[in-house]
Amino acid sequence: MTKIDILLSVRSLSISYDSIKAVDDISFEVARGEIVTLIGANGAGKSSILRAVSGLIPYTGSIAYAGKDLMNIAADQIVAAGIAHVPEGRGIFGNLTVLENLKLACWQRRDKAKIAADLEHVFELFPRLRERTKQLGGMLSGGEQQMLAVGRALMTDTPMLLLDEPSMGLSPVLVREIFKIIQEINQAGKTILLVEQNANMSLHIAHQGYVLETGRIVLSGAGKELTGSPRVKEAYLGG
Amino acid sequence: MAYIFQQALNALQLGSIYALIALGYTMVYGILTMINFAHGDLFMVGAFFCFIIAVYLHLSFIPTLLLSMMGVAFLGVVIERFAYKPLRNAPRVSAIITALGVGLFLENFTLALSPYPKHIPPLLTNVTWTVGSLSLSSLQMIVIVLSLCLMLILDFIVRHTKAGMAMRAISWDKTVVPLMGVSVNKIISLTFAIGTGLGGAAGVMYGLAYPVIDPYMGIMVGWKAFICAVVGGIGNIRGAMIGGFILGGVEIMVAAFLPSTYRDFVAFTLLLILLIVRPYGILGKPHPQKV
Repeated sequence: MTKIDILLSVRSLSISYDSIKAVDDISFEVARGEIVTLIGANGAGKSSILRAVSGLIPYTGSIAYAGKDLMNIAADQIVAAGIAHVPEGRGIFGNLTVLENLKLACWQRRDKAKIAADLEHVFELFPRLRERTKQLGGMLSGGEQQMLAVGRALMTDTPMLLLDEPSMGLSPVLVREIFKIIQEINQAGKTILLVEQNANMSLHIAHQGYVLETGRIVLSGAGKELTGSPRVKEAYLGG
Repeated sequence: MAYIFQQALNALQLGSIYALIALGYTMVYGILTMINFAHGDLFMVGAFFCFIIAVYLHLSFIPTLLLSMMGVAFLGVVIERFAYKPLRNAPRVSAIITALGVGLFLENFTLALSPYPKHIPPLLTNVTWTVGSLSLSSLQMIVIVLSLCLMLILDFIVRHTKAGMAMRAISWDKTVVPLMGVSVNKIISLTFAIGTGLGGAAGVMYGLAYPVIDPYMGIMVGWKAFICAVVGGIGNIRGAMIGGFILGGVEIMVAAFLPSTYRDFVAFTLLLILLIVRPYGILGKPHPQKV
């Protein structure tokens, strides 16, 4: 039996807002080099899980990255540990130019040559960003902002990316484009934890999928296996 | 004509001091959306640091200015860390009341140490050049040029350095900044250091121009500088500078042509009218809706 290299390990994770439990005793793992997706309806607790991994909100249970416990690590140091997070709603700095948005993500990096190469790589993935380097982030369309958000996460040069609903608010054509790029990024070596409401698309590209329903995992399995599962549909309909 | 030019120089001098103080208000508001009402009193502390360093350490002008700036900057960072940081997620009004309390503390602490007004010794020999009917004072020139230099440096930092980029990012959306690997606490500390340091510099220069200082000197000047920041568009750095020069100009011109008791009344009336016409200030924009 080959040993699987686990990059992110979440054990008995619970998250509460005031007295309401948003996430209830969840455990899952992300193997190095894989795309793992958490799917579920609005309010299932998906975003909360990513926010906990990034150190943005308090939680109970344990989250370990590459064997290192992340419990008391500040959010900015989690980037240094190796995790980049594309937040819900993209989180573009509207008062900064596209180039400044990308450069800010290099805050902890000192490798100038590699930064320039990575910037070139981002512009190859998203040619539209190259045309708009001097424009303010707030002037971009939704799709362009999503590209910038993913580009920014790539500029942190971390092995792992957390993507929170990259398809939100995008046209079907753009959704397909973004998912194609997520696959490309993964094939280039990044480990990806993808949170989505768009179950079909994300299960299609994921190696492993978890279905969430009101803060609990109700179903898990290889991405392809889950695609046709009636249980997935039920999770969305609250069945 | 010479009279007007003379008054314009006076306006530049007063305006640059207002502008330096207004920058502190606007920078803190930009990143924390809170008004640091202790800022005027930090300006006063800057003048007292200048007095202490000049009288007891016998240092010359430049080291006095730098040490005073550093002292006030340090005090600003400490105040943020212990008085404001615990309230960062509290309602803004709590933070603002705390700031008023910190201001009162600074005034009364200084008053306890120094119940009588102090006189700052002349750190610079003031040379007056006479050109025609115009008299140029070296002191006035130094205040104007130094203030402008400090403002240019600040503008450069905010627009063209990584730290400035992080400050602007925080002013847009504080919650996403840590995801870029940036420590929000460090940038907030840096912003307080720079903002209060400029206030300290203004205190030193004010002390040079008007050498009698007392613990309450920061109140009125602080309020005026705050109004400058609002008129320029609170949160906007260049706006604060413009606001400072506008108020300096209006005050000097009113005093030059009307009885000087009209000064504050006319100045504030004009500023109120300006705010009615442009409620967000000269360079301010209505806060964008984030989607």
